[in-house]
Amino acid sequence: MSGDYAIDVHGLVKRFGSKTAVAGVDIQMPSGEVWGFLGPNGSGKTTTIRMICGLLRVTEGTGQCLGYDIQRDAARIRELTGYMTQKFSFWSDMTIRENLEFVARIYRLPHIRQTVDETLETLGLTHRQHQLSGALSGGWKQRLALAAVTMHDPKLLLLDEPTAGVDPQARRDFWDEIHHLSLKGMTVLVSTHYMDEAERCDRIVYLAHGEKIIEGRVPDVIDRSGLLTFRSEGEGVRRLADDIRNEPGVEHVAYFGSALHVSGKDRAAIQAALAKHQAPDVSWSEVRTSLEDAFIALSAEAGEDKRVHA
Amino acid sequence: MKSLLRSFGRIWAVFMKETVQIRRDRMTFAVMIGIPIMQLILFGYAINMNPKHLPAALLVEEQTPIVRTMIQSLRTSDYYDFVMQTDDPRKTGDLLARGEVAFVVSIPAGFTRKLIRGEHPQLLIEADATDPAAASGAVSFAQTILSDALRHDLKGPLANLAGGQPPFDLVVHQMYNPEAKTSYNIVPGLLGVILTMTLVMITAIAMTRESEQGTIENLLAMPVQPIEVMLGKILPYVVVGAGQTVLILLAARLLFDVPFIGNAWILFLGVSVFVLANLALGFTFSTIARTQMQAMQLTFFFFLPSILLSGFMFPFRGMPEWAQTIGEVLPLTHFLRIVRGVMLKDTSLAQLQSPILALCLFTAVAVSVAMLRYRRTLD
Repeated sequence: MSGDYAIDVHGLVKRFGSKTAVAGVDIQMPSGEVWGFLGPNGSGKTTTIRMICGLLRVTEGTGQCLGYDIQRDAARIRELTGYMTQKFSFWSDMTIRENLEFVARIYRLPHIRQTVDETLETLGLTHRQHQLSGALSGGWKQRLALAAVTMHDPKLLLLDEPTAGVDPQARRDFWDEIHHLSLKGMTVLVSTHYMDEAERCDRIVYLAHGEKIIEGRVPDVIDRSGLLTFRSEGEGVRRLADDIRNEPGVEHVAYFGSALHVSGKDRAAIQAALAKHQAPDVSWSEVRTSLEDAFIALSAEAGEDKRVHA
Repeated sequence: MKSLLRSFGRIWAVFMKETVQIRRDRMTFAVMIGIPIMQLILFGYAINMNPKHLPAALLVEEQTPIVRTMIQSLRTSDYYDFVMQTDDPRKTGDLLARGEVAFVVSIPAGFTRKLIRGEHPQLLIEADATDPAAASGAVSFAQTILSDALRHDLKGPLANLAGGQPPFDLVVHQMYNPEAKTSYNIVPGLLGVILTMTLVMITAIAMTRESEQGTIENLLAMPVQPIEVMLGKILPYVVVGAGQTVLILLAARLLFDVPFIGNAWILFLGVSVFVLANLALGFTFSTIARTQMQAMQLTFFFFLPSILLSGFMFPFRGMPEWAQTIGEVLPLTHFLRIVRGVMLKDTSLAQLQSPILALCLFTAVAVSVAMLRYRRTLD
């Protein structure tokens, strides 16, 4: 295995016809970690994940996954990875149990009945095992999918926006399960749009326009954005937003409930701007820049989409 | 009035939406144009309800001017295409059983002598009546054709033979189906038609359903090989096909009184290969079509020539050469030879070698195409 990297890919490029979806991505992900994969819609997250697990052919670039060549040994990689698709892709006209049994048979797991029983028990779906999987709610579908793709005890887990459209409690349970799997030694790559989920990861990779913009631990990524953020709460503060936004040195103005966040890189300029639009009952205080602010800044710096669209 | 106008506006909106969607789905469009063209050509040119140029064998044990005249008249009648002429009865032995000819015309030794003496010698036409429609035209006109031909030759001292009754006795053996029942032909054929229609259709949606429901992504991410998917998907329908076969054969016996004189094991072999051929073809369709709708259209597109050009509805030998060539590609054509052969003619395995091999070849080609077309990735 190349330096014990679970994923070790260089210069991955994927073109669909004349459209470039991924424009040269490098990822060196050590075994046993939990990484977050972030970026706006269409930034190439799904395409990259699919190339890693052999669901898409690589246009350019090389790489290994779990020590196997991603182009030559796709079949071997499939046996050792669990891939959870963005959209629920289990068979909705089959019951929960039938789906799990199918997966167990495909991976030729021993003691199918017992394995499935245990999985159902862990999932808490034993009493609903004979319901059609299509009848499950979004949160349960995701839990079923996670259970199904981890039943064969893969070394690497690739999760593509697993918690999209799932309620907060279910998301929290889901992440508890991910960390539980990670403790058992599974390497996990999760793509997500949720900042709180990103903060649960050991490291994050941020993609925009098919390129890797930044990679690192969450505090490092925030630091590297170089942003300062001021916050104020109060009745009139929201009315100030449009005025402040146009001041020099102010990069972002964002609402957080009744509060307003103003970010920029130049402390003096921001303070000047805030002073200019001083209002009664409004007092500004400096706060920690959020990951979201950092990402919006990073995306803005990444500039226009340079990929060619035909 | 105003609400009527608003309604027209909305009809227009739906009309435009449909137009855009029709344009996007090129295969549907192609089928809408292709089916009428195919039907026009097949019904217009290929199908012949009064088939001529049917292959026939000639067993002639003597060569005399009168016999030659008679043969010549049959030849010029356009009904008979003599693919073989011999004086050895062993050579014509199993031509009918193998389906190579539709008729064997036999003129025995001493025919001319007996004819001149006014002894009304026998002239035998054995017709393959497994398809009564194909045989009827040629047989019913034979008497007239031969009598007219002789009228010119029977002059002078033989003039007395020319008038009244024909000077020979035409004997027609309707082989395999003496009562010329159409059900003998149609019911075994229906077995093939029903298997074609249902089995191709059911497997044609096999992969397209996975694509449409998004489950294909999951399937591709799992360690399962294309050929494993294919076999896993078609084998359940082999059982279904077996069930259908038993049902139809029971109906053939109990409801339609169709005989079954051949070896059931040969039919079992033929049905097995035929079922596999259809399932493999259906699976191939499902790797070509993008949607279940398109898969259905492909099935229909295939089904039409299968019905018309296989010899199920219209005599195979009565079609023009090009239509027969297309027919030879269709599995149903070969299966009809097997099922009619076994049930009605007691055809042996050796005699059915070529249709069985043809079905095997078809299956092999279909599986190869399916494997080439099978998407191993989401590209």
